[in-house]
Amino acid sequence: MRFQLTGDQRALRAGVRELLERRFGRQALRAAVEAPGRLDRGLWRSLGEAGFFALRLPEPDGGVGLGMPEAVLLFEEAGRALLPGPLIATHLAAGKVPGAATGETVVTCVDGELVEWLEAADVVLGEVTGARAMRSVDPLTPLHRVRGATPAGPVADLLSAAEQLGTADRVCELAVQHARTREQFGRPIGSFQAVQHLCADLLVRTEIARTAVYAAAVTADEADIAAARLLADEAAVRGARDCLQVHGGMGFTWEADVHLHLKRAWLRAERGGGGTQSEELLAARLAG
Amino acid sequence: MDLSYTPEEEDFRARLREWLAKVLSTLPAAPSPDDWPGRRAYDLGWQRMLHDAGYADVHWDASPTIRLIFLEETERAGAPYVGANFVGLLHAGPTIAAEGTAEQRARWLPPVLRGEEVWCQGFSEPDAGSDLAALRTRARRDGDDYVVSGSKIWTSHAEVADWCELLVRTDPDAPRHRGITWLAMPMDAPGITVRPLRTLAGSAEFAEVFLDEVRVPVANRVGAENDGWRVTMVTLSFERGTAFVGEVVACRRVLGELARAARENGRWDDPVLRRRLGRLEAEFRALWRLTQWNVSAAQAGGGVPGTGASVFKLRYSHARQELYDAAADVLGPHCLDLDRRWVLDRLSSLSYTIAAGTSQIQRTIVAERVLGLPRGR
Repeated sequence: MRFQLTGDQRALRAGVRELLERRFGRQALRAAVEAPGRLDRGLWRSLGEAGFFALRLPEPDGGVGLGMPEAVLLFEEAGRALLPGPLIATHLAAGKVPGAATGETVVTCVDGELVEWLEAADVVLGEVTGARAMRSVDPLTPLHRVRGATPAGPVADLLSAAEQLGTADRVCELAVQHARTREQFGRPIGSFQAVQHLCADLLVRTEIARTAVYAAAVTADEADIAAARLLADEAAVRGARDCLQVHGGMGFTWEADVHLHLKRAWLRAERGGGGTQSEELLAARLAG
Repeated sequence: MDLSYTPEEEDFRARLREWLAKVLSTLPAAPSPDDWPGRRAYDLGWQRMLHDAGYADVHWDASPTIRLIFLEETERAGAPYVGANFVGLLHAGPTIAAEGTAEQRARWLPPVLRGEEVWCQGFSEPDAGSDLAALRTRARRDGDDYVVSGSKIWTSHAEVADWCELLVRTDPDAPRHRGITWLAMPMDAPGITVRPLRTLAGSAEFAEVFLDEVRVPVANRVGAENDGWRVTMVTLSFERGTAFVGEVVACRRVLGELARAARENGRWDDPVLRRRLGRLEAEFRALWRLTQWNVSAAQAGGGVPGTGASVFKLRYSHARQELYDAAADVLGPHCLDLDRRWVLDRLSSLSYTIAAGTSQIQRTIVAERVLGLPRGR
C-alpha cells in the first residue's frame, strides 16, 4: 500500500499550478470578477491544450490517458485558483460532445436544481426548459434554476469535492500568511492562541478531506465519494469562514479574495442537490 | 496513489485471520474491569499466545503496513486489546530498543515480548500534565543509585506493573527540558506507594504513585543523564503513530451496530438521526483513509510517524465523542442506564480530548510545528 502521491502525480500538480498562476493569476481573477458572466474562451482553449478536459480520454481517442486520481489533482488546483467556468461538465463531456476535449466547445449541464454558465455555454446537457436566471451570489459563476432535480452523478460529485479541497487548502494558506504578517498589540496575530487554533482547525479539516477525496478517486466507490463530498464541503465552507475571521475587518471587504472562496464553496455545496443524499446513501450502507 | 496491498501483505493478513479464527475460541472469559490481577493475567496470556505464534514483535519489527493489517485484523476478529502490555509494547519497549544498551535490551525486551512483565508510565505529575517538562520528581546520585522522591499521576496499570518508565529531574538548575533523565524503576522497590484513582466512569483506571527515597540503580538509566527529554520524544512519536488503528476499526463496527439498533427500536425513521449516523460514517471512513495515508507516509519516511499523528488525534478524539453521543440518541432514555451497552464507552470517551496531549495542546503543536506560526506565550 503506497497511499501517497507518486512522483508523476506531484509533477502533474506542480505543472497545473504553474499553468494556472500564469494564465489565471490574481489580476485575471479580479478582472473576471469585474466582468461577470463573460467566459474567457482563450483561457478555455489553453485549458484544452493542457489536457484539462481530455485527461481521462484514452490516448488513441486523442486523450491523455490518465485516471481519476490525476483528474482529482487537476480539479484541486482549479479550486485553489478559483478557476471559473463549467469545468466539470466540459470534462465529463470530453469524447462525447465534439470539441469538448480540446476546449473549443463549452459544455454545461444540469446538476441538482442548478445550471452553471447556461448562457455562455455552447452545449447544455439536461432539461432546461423554463430555466430562470438567478442573481448569483458568486460573482464568478452565473446560475440558472431549473424545476426537478437531476444530479450530475457521482463522478461530478467527486470532482466538485476535489475543487472544494483546493479551496480548503488555499484558504488555510491565506489564513496562515495573514496571521504571520498582520501585527496587533505589537505582535503577529498568529502568536495568539485563539488565532493559532483557528488555523490548526483549518488544516485538520483540509487534511481529512484530502485523504477522503484521494481515496475516493482510487476506489471510485459511491460511498467513498459520498464521504469525500461531505468532508470536502465542510473543509471548504468552514475553512473559508474561518479564513475570513482570521482576516478580521479586511476579510469583510470586496478587495480581499476570501469572500470569493467562500461564495464558490457555498455554491459547490449546493451541487447535486446538496449533501443530504450523501448522508442518506452512507446511512443506507450502514444499515444494509 | 494506491490502496492495494502487496502479495506478501495479503498473505500475512490471510495467515493472521486463519490463526485468529482458530485461537480466539480458546481464550478464557474476559475479567471484570476492576479485577486488576485478573486483567494482568489475561493480557499477559494473550501476549504469550501472540509470542508463540510469531506475532509478538509485530509492533517493533514489522513495516508500518504490516502493523496496520495486524491491528485491523485483530480488532475485526474481536481479539483482546494490548491492555496491560500497552506501555511495554508501545512505549518503553520501543524506547529501550532505540536508545538502550545491548545489556538493557537483553534484560528488558524479551520479557515484554513473551508476556512476562508489565510496564507502566511515570511521566505525568500533579503539576506537570500537558506541560510535561514542568515535572519535579527529583533524583540525586548516591553511589551507584539514584535516590528518587516525588509523585506521579494518571499511571495506568501501576498496581500490577513490574517496571515503570520514569522521568525524573536530575539537574534542577538546567533549563527545564535539559535536566530530565529516563529511568527504569522496579515497582517492588521500597518507598513506592500506589493509590488507585477512581474515574468519572466509576472504575479505577489509573493510579497515583508516591515515591519516597526510592533507590534506582544508575545502570537502569536509558540514554545519558539529563538527556531524558529527547529520549521521551522518541517514545511519544510512537504513541501518536499507529496507536489508534484498532480503535478506528472498532468505531466503524460500533456505528454499524448503532444503525441496526436504531432500526430495531424505530429511531431509524427519524431523518435527523439517520443523517447524523450517515455523516459519522463519512467521518470514520475518512479517518480510516487518514490512517492509511499516515502509515504510507511513515513507510516512505523510515517508519517514524510524523506530524500527521497530531492531525489524526485531534479529529479522532472528537469524532469518538460524537459517536457515543449519537449512541445516546439511539438509546433514548436507556442512555442513563449504566448496564446498557455504550453507556460506559460514552463516559470513557470524555478522556480522549485530554489524554496523551489535550486537543488544545495538539492544536498549538499543529499551528507552530506544522503551519509555522510564531510561538505563542
